[in-house]
Amino acid sequence: MSAAVNSPVVFTQDELGWVSWIEPLPEAELTERHFAGLVDRARAKSEYFRLLVRDPEVLEARTKTDKDIFYNTADGLPRAERELAAAATSRYNGCIYCASVHARFASTYSKRREDVQKLLDEGIKADLGERWNAVVKASVALAATPIAFGPENIKELRSAGLDDAEIVDVINGASFFNWANRLMLSLGEPSK
Amino acid sequence: MSTTDIIDTLAGIAPGSALDAIRARRLQARENAQKSYLALFEPIDASDVSLLERAAVAAFVTGLHGESPVATFYRDKLAASAGGAALLDAIDAEIARGRTTGPYGSYPAGPLSVENTAGLIYRVGAASKSALGTRLVAALEHAHLLVFRPRDASSTDMKALLAAGWSNTGIVTFSQLVAFLAFQVRVVTGLRTLAAVNG
Repeated sequence: MSAAVNSPVVFTQDELGWVSWIEPLPEAELTERHFAGLVDRARAKSEYFRLLVRDPEVLEARTKTDKDIFYNTADGLPRAERELAAAATSRYNGCIYCASVHARFASTYSKRREDVQKLLDEGIKADLGERWNAVVKASVALAATPIAFGPENIKELRSAGLDDAEIVDVINGASFFNWANRLMLSLGEPSK
Repeated sequence: MSTTDIIDTLAGIAPGSALDAIRARRLQARENAQKSYLALFEPIDASDVSLLERAAVAAFVTGLHGESPVATFYRDKLAASAGGAALLDAIDAEIARGRTTGPYGSYPAGPLSVENTAGLIYRVGAASKSALGTRLVAALEHAHLLVFRPRDASSTDMKALLAAGWSNTGIVTFSQLVAFLAFQVRVVTGLRTLAAVNG
């Protein structure tokens, strides 16, 4: 851990920075191939994305997977609960940075900031009501290695009112954060 | 697209099935999970991470998650890779040595320290080192950390990869590969579970 970074030591909904441990590409060296990988040109300002853009094809596909899983809300699970799955996964894997971003989104879309904070403060066993408990429990079961997700999780999600398409949104959202958490946790660190 | 959708294949989702229709509602995600797979395993530029290294790490990572159609797929992929057959015994042995239960690891010192959980700090076995070589030894040790204790990662781990001959770009691709597989194996397991409940 670098001494220069003021690392957060608790899960928080505050905005955090992120500092890379290896060299991101300098903004001046980005080509059109890199901008295609970034998807949003504004992401050239982010150290994290300028690091991942070292492999532009993978970053582009990762980013488009991410956006559809979380932002395509024409049908299926409400955005708030997709963000809850992301926040719960991040809480369980221990990604303080990812949890901060997606806890904020979960609060914004659900208007249940105190419940979201309870998840961060108390952890994955926090009692958030039947529906959120089922989403958190399913996300955590998916994040375990070996994977612990089973028929019981499906049963609980259905009892809480989710249909199969919504359950697939939980599976996608939680699974995606097992991708995101590992990058954020291992290539750099959050800063306050 | 040059190949069948890999998640559909591994999850046993047939065209026209209920889950096929549900996945079609997230078409961009479905297509880009596939493109991620292709970008990692059929890259346009493999100069920083060889195809053999990709296949070996994939077999190890999916094997660490336990027996599954995904693990079998990537073990077969390694066996079919140029130079892969010579690595199979070492990868199998390292999967057996590395299997444990996660996530575990430590938080930055402070209020979360009470949640620190000890677990295996995996190192490649002496018997496998010569078959794997320096780069893959470092890669498997880091992959194990990513799979089971990602919150333990530190800048020291990056230095270990650089010292073993990994470039900055190679580290990014290799990290994406491990992290993508953590996603793919979970989507497949989730979808298979749902299909089985409905079956």
